[in-house]
Amino acid sequence: MKTENQKAWFFVLPVLLLVAFNALIPMMTVVNYSVQETFGDNMFFWEGLTWFENLLRSERFHASLGRQFLFTGLILAIEIPLGIAIAMSMPRKGFWVPFCLVIMALPMLIPWNVVGAMWNIFTLPDIGLMGYFLNHVLGISYDMTQNVFAAWVTIIIMDVWHWTSLVVLLSYAGLVSIPEAYYQAAKIDGASNFAVFRFIQLPKMKNVLTIAVLLRFIDSFNIYTEPFVLTGGGPGNSTTLLSIDLVKIALGQFDLGPAAAMSLIYFAITLLVSWLFYTLMTKDDAR
Amino acid sequence: MSWMAWTWPTALLFIGIFSAMGVLTILEIKSPGGAERKGALGLVTTRGDRLFLSLLGSAYIFLAWLGFFGTPLWAPLVIAICWATFCFWKV
Repeated sequence: MKTENQKAWFFVLPVLLLVAFNALIPMMTVVNYSVQETFGDNMFFWEGLTWFENLLRSERFHASLGRQFLFTGLILAIEIPLGIAIAMSMPRKGFWVPFCLVIMALPMLIPWNVVGAMWNIFTLPDIGLMGYFLNHVLGISYDMTQNVFAAWVTIIIMDVWHWTSLVVLLSYAGLVSIPEAYYQAAKIDGASNFAVFRFIQLPKMKNVLTIAVLLRFIDSFNIYTEPFVLTGGGPGNSTTLLSIDLVKIALGQFDLGPAAAMSLIYFAITLLVSWLFYTLMTKDDAR
Repeated sequence: MSWMAWTWPTALLFIGIFSAMGVLTILEIKSPGGAERKGALGLVTTRGDRLFLSLLGSAYIFLAWLGFFGTPLWAPLVIAICWATFCFWKV
């Protein structure tokens, strides 16, 4: 029988302890909270599955979940194709390469709350550069503080501005790793530009695109700061995404039990969708 | 431990999950390789993948039942056990 050296596990131990401390134990506490009611002071009362049942039937939860899927779906549908397109039009060698890379990386270096504040000031209808321009120069009525459609357009554009670069940089890394010989072979065979894209570039970018889609899905599904700073969830509740609603329940209303139940359902959705994306995108790879 | 607000049902849940992982560890030491195979869903899965699918699937089965029909949860328990059996048997 083949003997295996299991010593490597000891090297994983510190990370395991760290993850237990900052993720696993808090997560277990959330599970404990989700079946109880508390009024503070470390006093807990058993509630069973009441919070889950209430939440699954609550209009408010359905609405914020729907908004969350709409937001994530829209930004993925824009950022992934746009990111690939920008990466393909970037130069592969020469003087402009570092320039393009730095310009692309800049938005990602700005902290979330600053992005929210920037876009808030930028889009305010009477004093913001874009808001003023649209309203008073072009004469288009635009007010993201009052109009639901304008608020949605603004948070979508803000996210596209902030995070398309991630898709661009990952796709670009995939593109530059394609050897020149592939393109030469395609040229000899007389392949069209689309055929080159479909059968050479896209398959070669698949691995990095899997990571890009996963990261963008998880980040956008858990997004809090940017829309919170920009619109505060308004007008009304129209941009109250899941995490904003969750914080309202947990810290605004101090309903820790329902908030814990909500975070577990939230977690289950993130887990399932991430698993689906990952499985579907890596399904054809020989393992 | 009091700040973690433990209850017996949640403790049993975690004891169950961790002992399942313990059993998997023992099985892995006895027969390494994770019993990899291509199952009914067309996915290549190991024992760990099957446990993950069983648990995640069961969570959705219970949540769906709770949302549509409410308590008691005996029927979804039966469905979840069938799902887990299917996962370990065919997937």
